[in-house]
Amino acid sequence: MKLSKMKKKNNKVKYILISIISFTVFLIIWYMVTDVFKLVKPISLPSPVKVLESFINKFTVKRPDGSTLQAHVLSSLRIVLTGYIAGSIVGVPLGIFMAWNRKADMFIRPVFDWFRSVPGMGWIPVMILIFGINIASKAAIVFAISFVAILINSYSGIKNTNPVHMWVAQTFGASNKQLLFRVAIPSALPHIFTGLRQGLNQAWASVVAAEMIGSNRGLGYMIQMNRENSRADLIIVGMLSIGLVGTILSFVLQKFEDKYVRGRH
Amino acid sequence: MNNEVVIKCENISKTFPTADGTAFDVIADFSIEVNKNEFVVLIGPGQCGKTTLINIIAGLEEATSGIVTVGGELVTEPDPKIGVVYQETNLFPWLTVMGNVEFGPKAQGESKASRQERAQKYIDLVGLTGFENQHPNKLSGGMQQRVGIARVYTNEPLVLLLDEPFGHLDAQTRYLMEEELEKIWRQERRTVLFVTNNLEEAIFLADRIVLMTNCPSTVKQEYIIDLPRPRDITSREFLKIREEISKNLDLTS
Repeated sequence: MKLSKMKKKNNKVKYILISIISFTVFLIIWYMVTDVFKLVKPISLPSPVKVLESFINKFTVKRPDGSTLQAHVLSSLRIVLTGYIAGSIVGVPLGIFMAWNRKADMFIRPVFDWFRSVPGMGWIPVMILIFGINIASKAAIVFAISFVAILINSYSGIKNTNPVHMWVAQTFGASNKQLLFRVAIPSALPHIFTGLRQGLNQAWASVVAAEMIGSNRGLGYMIQMNRENSRADLIIVGMLSIGLVGTILSFVLQKFEDKYVRGRH
Repeated sequence: MNNEVVIKCENISKTFPTADGTAFDVIADFSIEVNKNEFVVLIGPGQCGKTTLINIIAGLEEATSGIVTVGGELVTEPDPKIGVVYQETNLFPWLTVMGNVEFGPKAQGESKASRQERAQKYIDLVGLTGFENQHPNKLSGGMQQRVGIARVYTNEPLVLLLDEPFGHLDAQTRYLMEEELEKIWRQERRTVLFVTNNLEEAIFLADRIVLMTNCPSTVKQEYIIDLPRPRDITSREFLKIREEISKNLDLTS
């Protein structure tokens, strides 16, 4: 047990080291291509040094897209979290309910199957018509996207409950309600978290799409505007910020999962 | 011996429909009686019908024909008085050892102090004192089955059904668990129906062995084992019984 723990720790150190090396190599190549050999014009692909400079400046400079970086990030986060939390609040219970109740499954499934086959971008026009050009329409798009992944995983988690676990609980005289809340849901929890993770990734990735509908702030908007302004450095700053915030969100969710999913692996 | 019949199966048959529309008989006309505090071992070849039979007696599956009574009452649905231990994936991985062991009485709404006191008694009895707050994935296969036994005892069932509980353990652990189970059973007598395909295990544990045929399963022959307990698996009497039964035991499957 001690040995395996040490091995685990070693693997973690190894993983971090390899990640650092991988990023360093990537940066060196980028630097070579731009600043050293000048293979690409700075207006198409600025050097990493220039991007870092713009990144730091963007915390105080509002030009040319009208907001500082943190204002863009906060605006995007607000949209994503609103849509995502709503998607979770509807998706998890509905997925569980459909998996548990045959009639509900039969009734809701046809509509859901249609719903899930519409790609994220396909929701943009109708959401604008319903909510107008504002935060609500963007959050609604994020909702539609994250909700699908969250529902499907919650559903399959409940459906995959080990029948032996159900038998054992039944022989202990567990009621139908107890079977659901003390066996099926705890057993499905890892699946439910997989859905929440997928939903969060997709929700955050869809921010660019959602912010393409007339907005005046947000990371997607910032990228769009700076394409029109031909500011490649700020486009890259926007992309890096999307990656960075996405990683932080996943990390926070992982902490929740570690706390609530016990005794697996 | 006490002759009050606790488990009674009368002419149980179970047929599954197959894909091509024909019927597949897994159990045919199976009858058995188990007396109070008797340890009966069902031994038979192959995978045919044994878990199905356990689930029928436990009220989890319905027989195609025939009836089961436990404690004089007809079995129609699962009941806390019928406890079951399965071979694998038995414990709830999301609960600790204590959480697993107290599951039954907790589902019945018993108070925390009362159910945990009893749970602790059986955790101690199976030798897992100190592991109460561990999750099952931190335990070995043998320890996991000990938890399964403590859990079923804590629910204080009238009868225990054990479906090849040691089937996936290595030989060494298996011997140990057989001795342990026998010891626990002598301390806390219960009516037991134990399914296995291991003859040595059957003779070591049983008051009575019921030999079953292969597909469809039905009773082939019964043997009363009246060797003194705990039994020595290398003694002459043990080996003699073993030889006698194995002549009749068709393990081809």
